Amino acid sequence: MRTFRILLWHELRSLAIATPTYVAAAIFLALMGAMYFALLKEAQVATLDHTPVERFFQLFALPLFFIVPLLTMRSFAEERRQGTLGALLSTPVRPVHVVLAKFGAAYLLYVALWALALLYPAVTWWMLKGLYNDPRLLALPALQGGFLFIMVSGLLYIATGVLASSLTRSTLVAGLLTFCALFFLVLLGSLLQQVPFDAYTWARWLEQPAEYFNTFKHLDAFTRGLVDTRPVFLFGSGALLALGLTVLTVESKV
Amino acid sequence: MTTEPSVVEVVPAIQVENLSKRYGSLQAIEQVGFSVGAGEIVGFLGPNGAGKSTTMRILAGLMPATAGVARICGASVAWEPDVTKRHLGYMPENNPLPDDLRVTEYLRWRAKLKGVHWRDVSARVNAAMEACDLVRKARRRLIGTLSKGFRQRVGIADALLGDPKVIILDEPTIGLDPHQILGIRRLINNLRGRMAVLISSHILPEIEQVCDRVIIINQGRIVASGTPDELRREFMPEVTFTVVAEASSEVLKAGLVAGESRVRVVDRGAAAGGARHLQVVLPAGSPLGGELLQRVYAVCEGRVRSLHPVQPSLEDIFIAATRRSWEVVAEDGTNRRGEKAGTL
Repeated sequence: MRTFRILLWHELRSLAIATPTYVAAAIFLALMGAMYFALLKEAQVATLDHTPVERFFQLFALPLFFIVPLLTMRSFAEERRQGTLGALLSTPVRPVHVVLAKFGAAYLLYVALWALALLYPAVTWWMLKGLYNDPRLLALPALQGGFLFIMVSGLLYIATGVLASSLTRSTLVAGLLTFCALFFLVLLGSLLQQVPFDAYTWARWLEQPAEYFNTFKHLDAFTRGLVDTRPVFLFGSGALLALGLTVLTVESKV
Repeated sequence: MTTEPSVVEVVPAIQVENLSKRYGSLQAIEQVGFSVGAGEIVGFLGPNGAGKSTTMRILAGLMPATAGVARICGASVAWEPDVTKRHLGYMPENNPLPDDLRVTEYLRWRAKLKGVHWRDVSARVNAAMEACDLVRKARRRLIGTLSKGFRQRVGIADALLGDPKVIILDEPTIGLDPHQILGIRRLINNLRGRMAVLISSHILPEIEQVCDRVIIINQGRIVASGTPDELRREFMPEVTFTVVAEASSEVLKAGLVAGESRVRVVDRGAAAGGARHLQVVLPAGSPLGGELLQRVYAVCEGRVRSLHPVQPSLEDIFIAATRRSWEVVAEDGTNRRGEKAGTL
């Protein structure tokens, strides 16, 4: 535990002094701000089924595709390119400690950035509460549920990014791999649900797995305040699998 | 009254038995075996691709061996990596360091990782920096801005942290200027008796001056092991003298070789003032030293400018040992190492 704590602190410090972290944070927060502003404008002129906060979370995949690669692509690829991973593992440190520390640091930063982005609805509500006191503007249950979804799904997405980074020495390749993997993970369920499984008797059993893998369905449930253990298991087990593979990759490629 | 050596003294700091490593079809090392005693400084020599770094990486616990056993202070590297890594300070080849950390920050972090108690971290880091002469010039500098020499010192300071019993330095003097090499040599010399040090290097005079013993590896096998004097006796048993005398080479050759077919005389060309520069090679254990002097004096009628023995350098031993191992492989008619042997 002491080793993990030392490594985690070091990773957080490394992220804090790395330029890509600030680039990622700036782009992310600017994009989220612009998105929330656009959603507010949309809510002004049309009657919508969803609150601005719910719509805000529905667009989570857009920033996800670049923020996760930017936060994770350097984690192992850079260490392997510089050769510092070997030096690190020659100390009494186990690969699992290193993997968990890198994952933990990127995950904490990811969650922190989302927490900052959620200040947009909070600040908007606080500034407008005197003029326009609509509870839907803040929609606290949706905000909490959505943030919980971000935290749970982030486990898998960050673990995927860390795994991709461990596979190559190039940060660029790691970033592209993460982008492709996230694209696949986020849209897989939605795409599978477009397939008319019920038209074929032999394929009907696939309907349920397709629904299970539909990320947006889980997001919808979370933002409505329905916290189901099935998505927690899906994202948690997926994250464990990705981290386990990362440990194996690190052990074999030092 | 004699005292029995304690168990700690008896257990070698590094013990390698029948160590083999195969990368696919390439046999990197095969049946490598050696040991390094506590406090001993041992040089690990070999041409590029001989298997030095592979052996060192296995000892550092960075890769598993295909077969064989490696032990650090009696603990198996494969089965007790946490124990062996606590006894080990390792500086890898090319000494990779993070560019964006300051020297003190990096060393403090490494000390904590090596299990140094938080109360002792500052003292240990300062001691390592003091030993490597980093305190005044490099303490607060970013590692990325350091010269090659200072980077090497940071790598060695890192290896010294945690007071390990064994230090493995893979090419610690590569790319350094003579002043820096002198500094590193002094530093390693200071470790004698305190820590077991295994150093690989291409700079053979360096190894000769620093190490108590030398291990030569070629094509994945240990081809020689011993003190420089033992290796000289084994691989370069002849006694060589250099003579500078005012006499024609023919007269010198005739006078020196007469009656002694085992003596070889090699003409090295003209020396200043019309003298000849000759190298005389006598057979192993030859008692001809005094006789030779008399004979040269007689042949040259006293006009001898200089006569001195030439001790084969470690470089000569290294070349002789590696050449012998290649000849053995060639005689076997088999090329164990496939493509890699072809490149050597």
